[in-house]
Amino acid sequence: MTIYLFYFLSFVAVLCALLVVFSKSPVNSVLFLIVTFFAIAGHYVLLNAQFLAAVHVIVYAGAIMVLFLYVIMMLNLNRDVEPHKPVALRFAAVVAGGLLAITLIGALHGAETLPKAGNVQADIGLIENLGKTLFNDFLLPFEISSILFLSAMVGAVMLGKKELK
Amino acid sequence: MSAIQVIPVHYYILLSVVLFSIGVLGVLFRRNAIIIFMCIELMLNAANLLLVAFSSYFSDAGGQVFVFFIMAVAAAEVAVGLAILTMIFRNTRSTDIDFLNKLKW
Repeated sequence: MTIYLFYFLSFVAVLCALLVVFSKSPVNSVLFLIVTFFAIAGHYVLLNAQFLAAVHVIVYAGAIMVLFLYVIMMLNLNRDVEPHKPVALRFAAVVAGGLLAITLIGALHGAETLPKAGNVQADIGLIENLGKTLFNDFLLPFEISSILFLSAMVGAVMLGKKELK
Repeated sequence: MSAIQVIPVHYYILLSVVLFSIGVLGVLFRRNAIIIFMCIELMLNAANLLLVAFSSYFSDAGGQVFVFFIMAVAAAEVAVGLAILTMIFRNTRSTDIDFLNKLKW
């Protein structure tokens, strides 16, 4: 049962990721990327990372993709006026992507000899354990990420302003 | 019962590799800067999926906390990146990256 769910979610994720790249309109790309993110959230649920799945849907589908859609609508890009690369360059891009995939798969050859996980703790994905790890082992990175957000916010506002007089 | 006990971990490695390669393919294939941003998000998500899979495999919550940090960095990157993109659009009236060749030797 779980393996069929895995195959289904993987198929949806890969198909929609390809459609992100090959669809004509940017709005369609955003919508397919949202479907991909939901499929990945399904993988997180299967892997017993329930809180992470919820955060993933809220942050990616809820915040980041809405930002993308907002920018696309603000710039009025929903027209098929986008010039494409020449056919030779596009063919080269496909070949390069395929070669990268083959190289990575070849480099990770041998991973199939890893044993299946034995007894895994089912509750590490719950909010209590994640919070304990976050605030005990990763307290400094957590605080630094708040500074990162502050600087990103200031930078986005500065860049988005019309003209600096 | 976790999926990692049923599904071998190299299936997750293969899925992540395929998603990452599709992200790279999109960056090389398209000229629209917004699509390129979305493909970068796809690559970050491939890495996230692998981190969660191995965090589940080793029963270590550290991997999932790393995913939080990647999400935080991705959110900050998108905010700044889209602000830069609107600036570019305001100056060139286009999101085509091939217009931005001033720094090319």
